[in-house]
Amino acid sequence: MSKLIFERSVPGSSAFSLPEGDVPSVELQDSLQGFLRESDPPLPEVSEVEVVRHFTELSTKAFGVDSGMYPLGSCTMKYNPKINEWAARLPGIAGLHPDQPEETVQGALELMYELEQMLCEITGMNRYTLQPASGAHGEMTGASLIKAYHEQRQDFRRKKMVVPDSSHGTNPATAHMLGFELVEVRSNERGLVDVDDLCSLMSDEIAGLMLTNPNTLGLFEEEILEISKVVHEAGGLLYYDGANLNAVMGVARPGDMGFDIVHLNLHKTFGTPHGGGGPGAGPVGVKEFLVDLLPIPLVGKKDGQYCLDYDVPHSIGKVQSFYGNFGVMAKAYAYIKALGGKGIREACRHAVLNANYLRHNLSDFYEITYDRLCKHEFVASAVRQKKECGVTALDVAKRLIDYGYHPPTIYFPLIVDEGLMIEPTETETKERLDGFIEAMQEIAKEAKENPELVKEAPTNAPIRRVDEVTAARRPILKWK
Amino acid sequence: MAYTPNPPQVVREMLGSMGLRDINELFIDIPEELHLNRELDLGESLSELELRKKMNELARKNVSIDDCPCFLGAGAYDHYIPAVVEHVLSRSEFVTAYTPYQAELSQGVLQSIFEYQSMICSLTGMEVCNASMLDGGSSLAEACSLAVDATRRKKILAAGTINPRYLKVLHTYAHGKGIEVATIPDHDGLFDADEMIKMIDKDTAAAVIQFPNFYGFLEPEIEKIEAAVHKVKGLLIIAVDPISLGILKSPADWGADIAVGEGQSLGNPLSFGGPYLGFFAANKKLMRRVPGRLVGETKDLDGKRAFVLTLQAREQHIRREKASSNICSNEALCALAAAVYLSIVGPKGLRSIAVRCHELACYARSRLQDAGFSLYQVPFFKEFPVRLSDPLAANSALLKEGIIGGYELGDALLFAFTEKRTKKEIDKMVDVLKGVQA
Ligand SMILES: Cc1ncc(COP(=O)(O)O)c(C=O)c1O
Repeated sequence: MSKLIFERSVPGSSAFSLPEGDVPSVELQDSLQGFLRESDPPLPEVSEVEVVRHFTELSTKAFGVDSGMYPLGSCTMKYNPKINEWAARLPGIAGLHPDQPEETVQGALELMYELEQMLCEITGMNRYTLQPASGAHGEMTGASLIKAYHEQRQDFRRKKMVVPDSSHGTNPATAHMLGFELVEVRSNERGLVDVDDLCSLMSDEIAGLMLTNPNTLGLFEEEILEISKVVHEAGGLLYYDGANLNAVMGVARPGDMGFDIVHLNLHKTFGTPHGGGGPGAGPVGVKEFLVDLLPIPLVGKKDGQYCLDYDVPHSIGKVQSFYGNFGVMAKAYAYIKALGGKGIREACRHAVLNANYLRHNLSDFYEITYDRLCKHEFVASAVRQKKECGVTALDVAKRLIDYGYHPPTIYFPLIVDEGLMIEPTETETKERLDGFIEAMQEIAKEAKENPELVKEAPTNAPIRRVDEVTAARRPILKWK
Repeated sequence: MAYTPNPPQVVREMLGSMGLRDINELFIDIPEELHLNRELDLGESLSELELRKKMNELARKNVSIDDCPCFLGAGAYDHYIPAVVEHVLSRSEFVTAYTPYQAELSQGVLQSIFEYQSMICSLTGMEVCNASMLDGGSSLAEACSLAVDATRRKKILAAGTINPRYLKVLHTYAHGKGIEVATIPDHDGLFDADEMIKMIDKDTAAAVIQFPNFYGFLEPEIEKIEAAVHKVKGLLIIAVDPISLGILKSPADWGADIAVGEGQSLGNPLSFGGPYLGFFAANKKLMRRVPGRLVGETKDLDGKRAFVLTLQAREQHIRREKASSNICSNEALCALAAAVYLSIVGPKGLRSIAVRCHELACYARSRLQDAGFSLYQVPFFKEFPVRLSDPLAANSALLKEGIIGGYELGDALLFAFTEKRTKKEIDKMVDVLKGVQA
């Protein structure tokens, strides 16, 4: 157990000093009378060496892609190239104030301009806003665009948003945030959108359909062109949740599938690290007819100079204070430049190969709900283990920790019982994949022969399983 | 560069083991007419050496704050970042981790977020703080959305002296959700408190104030607003500059129910506007409505202290459309930077930084006053506007002298003074302004 930084505090310790002041000191009681706090905020007082040791110790209790295989489904935990970290820290990238005169940030604007063009090419869309700071933020932007589109056409009946029953939680949450009424479309026995059900839901109240393709089961929506036709004929728009773009990039494009709006997760598909929860970036691309609605500003080019373009006639406004997570954009830009057109397709092919290799080798030991060709991920299930030995998906996940792997995403999508959603990504070697297969086989065996071992797991981690119930019932959310 | 580690013969072996010969067979589920059948037009792949050159070239086309003293603020500030912050943020166990869903493997990330939450509570005086929001503007918008849900009222009264970009973001969120936002007019750099009080009624979900406000001024009537809005059981939301909290009264001191703000100043680089750190803190009554991740303390099976994501029944992955927000990914690494920053500077350091910013601003003001510039007579913290006949020309003249000037306000420039500025830089800035105005 690590002490809290507050528990390392020794009054009088300090790790910081300012240069000698060369302007007159000020009597705060005069200049700030009535506005001063009575005492300093209770922050820890720690020496520099102890701060460094503290956070170094904490880092040893964290697990990243650099620590080992991280097959966390839907999150695309691929290797994050180190040159990109270097690039984002350059003074000419990290040291720019967002309100500097345009002539002093031409390189930054060029980077954004080019990134937008590359994203357009990869997805088959016409323009992008780079402003949204995460996938869900991109969804919020996209759903605002859908709302604005219908409103602009004086079509105020379109209050319903359709999402599949397999959709990610951010899709319904976003639709609700924008005031849409939620309608769920069923998945059919093949794990795909049930097109008959979709047809029966269509009416002049439908604003749009939010879809992930391949979907959250890792399956390509083979009837996407039909789906697109159905939604568009009903007057709705088609929204692409780009969380799974890694599965098709360089091979097929959402723009060609009929999607009107696309959000991407640069922190999944384009190799930027996830930082223990963020920052990410969720650029939103649209077809030509929606460009006038995009958030301001866009990045433009006039007389050979790059500029911020605030002239977007029917803009929905702003979703972030400035232009988006520029530092993340710089990394994604470097990633795409490194791979080039061919490399992007290679990355996709290898991601799909690795996923199918795992699926193929795990299907003897775990039920795979939709056991056929998958894309970048698939969903295995521990139903068999649960029924036969009382071992759940959670137990399997926890036992994987003992074997040195980050667990897959569990219990998602909701339509699979005891789901284990596995996404290896393209950056795992065959040796790693084989090791993972072996561990999963071993766990299946343990579940039969020694289920307690699996249910007790992990035993080889900094802590054992935690009491989540008490955490939620009597929440302690800060140091006293 | 390719980051795919399996060489061709291994790929063939893997395909072969599945009875496949060609990797394209893995894509037969995609309808024929959707296959791109050409290479994406993204240029040739670059070696690391070429990429390094390319990124250096782009970076060199910019003028950075390392090259020029920067007097820009307006929501993003050139504060000093101690070396330790960058050092900790290069630990790849933190950088390359995902959201800490698996507590046993993520105690380091979870504890650092818990410490961050605690520190923001220390600064703001609030009782609950989440693991971070996307930036200051979206954090303010989400606070208003919470107020609307918690009070079941639709009206937000926002001071006209709030950062106009925050207001723009708020309007976007509000339109989506059907929230009415009324902006209270401002005069001479302060919002019209009497007007706001007149408008506060039983339909008011929240009154929203920024302190120090967008112009750097200290709003004098917060107490009256607090009394008026709480009298009708509405909420008080205050957006703050965390550096100011080294010396200024906290949101809790003012009686705020929610405190939000931009945490970029706490150890995060300017990075042309992002990634930044929205912070979101609230009083305990609102705990179960707070958006985003919350880390709580608990015990493991052996009774050891442990940390875990908690109260997840608020969140989209559990509640779907009934969640308190759609937020999923946040700005965890920026929050880590803030935690390391605050650990390094400590209470005394934060105070000394706040005092220095204020002193430098006071010095600049007295120099400008002596030089006959038109200034407002209002208390300020580290930022204030200077009225000029031609602000654009003034900024151009400053840039020519190697100084990044102020934020353009129409008839004025808004200048910010961080602890990085010096007397010499300020003297030079004032001299250039004198030259332009003369
Ligand atoms: C399918 C899907 N959609 C949306 C999101 C939300 O993305 P973000 O976490 O960037 O907000 C995720 C992230 O896990 C996802 O997997």
